[in-house]
Amino acid sequence: MRGYVAIAQARARVLLQYRAAAVAGFGTQAFWGMIRIMIFEAFYRSAMADGAPMRFEEVVSYVWLGQATLMTLPWNLDREMADEVRTGKVVYGLLRPVDLYGQWFARAFALRSAPMVIRALPMFAFAMVLLPLVGLEAWALEAPTLEGLAMWLVALGVAILLSSALTTLWSVALMWTVSGDGVTHLAPALVTLMSGMVIPLPLLPDGVRAVVVWLPFAGLVDLPVRLFSGHLTAAEAAPMLAAQLVWWVLLVALGRALLGRGVRRLVVQGG
Amino acid sequence: MNDARLLVRLLGVSMRSQLQYRASMVMQSVGHLLVTGIEFLGVWALFARFGQLDGWTLAEVAVFYGVVNVSFALADAGGRGFDQVAARIKQGDFDRLLLRPRSTALQVAGLELTLKRIGRLSQGLAGLIWGLSALGVGWGPGRVALLAWIVVGATSMFYGLMVVQATIAFWTTESLELMNVLTYGGVETAQYPMSVYRRWFRRVFTYVVPLACVCYLPVLALIERPDPLGAPLWAQRVAPAAGLVFLAGALALWRGGVRRYTSTGS
Repeated sequence: MRGYVAIAQARARVLLQYRAAAVAGFGTQAFWGMIRIMIFEAFYRSAMADGAPMRFEEVVSYVWLGQATLMTLPWNLDREMADEVRTGKVVYGLLRPVDLYGQWFARAFALRSAPMVIRALPMFAFAMVLLPLVGLEAWALEAPTLEGLAMWLVALGVAILLSSALTTLWSVALMWTVSGDGVTHLAPALVTLMSGMVIPLPLLPDGVRAVVVWLPFAGLVDLPVRLFSGHLTAAEAAPMLAAQLVWWVLLVALGRALLGRGVRRLVVQGG
Repeated sequence: MNDARLLVRLLGVSMRSQLQYRASMVMQSVGHLLVTGIEFLGVWALFARFGQLDGWTLAEVAVFYGVVNVSFALADAGGRGFDQVAARIKQGDFDRLLLRPRSTALQVAGLELTLKRIGRLSQGLAGLIWGLSALGVGWGPGRVALLAWIVVGATSMFYGLMVVQATIAFWTTESLELMNVLTYGGVETAQYPMSVYRRWFRRVFTYVVPLACVCYLPVLALIERPDPLGAPLWAQRVAPAAGLVFLAGALALWRGGVRRYTSTGS
């Protein structure tokens, strides 16, 4: 276990170096969030909004929290990982006296958690403090209840575990398709729609929603966000959280099995 | 060889090189189609839930959506060369362009024509054709000409944005990501009618970047709907010219950037 923690920490320290990128990314995301909120605002002016399954304030928190934790989403490859598979460096992992899947998972965990922290803090400050100060109270992120905050933190932990398992799965897929083009183009489409980044899952047509909330993508954004805003109580969320943990176990098992097969047929070009 | 023919030939080379990897090209196009298609699925789901958007119907929004995506796909496919400028400056590669007896803008424009953007293009076209048919406004020659004029204006504007983004690299190679606010943010914004946004926001996308002039006002004339904000019909028809003016300004800025360029050496 100590070995995995060390791998994750080393990777996290490297990722935390890119602070200028984080600042630029924050500006882009804050602007993006405001566009989304204005569009939802216009939809909520319609007469049918009264029957909507979410209050507008809950949609606002959905947008801001989605932006704050954007970096946890498994919507791209671990570039470093992809390069190692292409160049053959991937064999070094096999030489180390720790499990290969564990090493990959630890790196993915760092990738999905460390960059999120440096983006989430300014986003919270922007959405909770700055927006009300400039007179945009309607767009501000509502503070959560203590229960909501605690449950959000738990669900966020589950989200990062799920995301790391999915990221590792994309990396494992590289052992079959070296360029990774397929994954980089299909993963974002799948992940953004099913996790609630395109529109909040409760606003989807009822039949679709009933299925999507039980898929492993709902745990990435939808579940934590709705716990934060109080749209879901802890009691309502418990079975959903349990389902997400089951998905996590399944995804890890799948990744492990595929990696095992990949390693058996792995041929590294010498040099 | 004149400039236009040279540009066509350069872009032809880029296309042929991409067609060497046909399977990869097809897969990327399909991927692109899926990503943009899913965005429209989101729009559809919101209309299914709320019925209308501030008095606008799904068919009307589909036309806005189609116009901006077709134009952005065209500009993005043709303007990819400008995307490489920052990297070339960093490596000192840009100097090679200065040695050749043609304008740098022309050479950069000819670097790449990205075929996979056909995914977004076809998706935008589908939205546009469906929207206009559902509105039943007819397909007379006047309307087709107006549509072509809108696409020329909007494509020029997005192309101009890419030129500006590349020009900034002459001053700084950092934080170019912020320009994505105007390009991708602009696309997201223009997918919906401008009247749904707050006034200060509309001003940014009218006077800083003439997005409202190329993607909102003329589309109103196209779908024969009076502007809820009160712009007269003649202004709606002239408005796409703002895109051409913006592109001309961007190219002037580019020439200024090239003049003050000093090589990083090798």
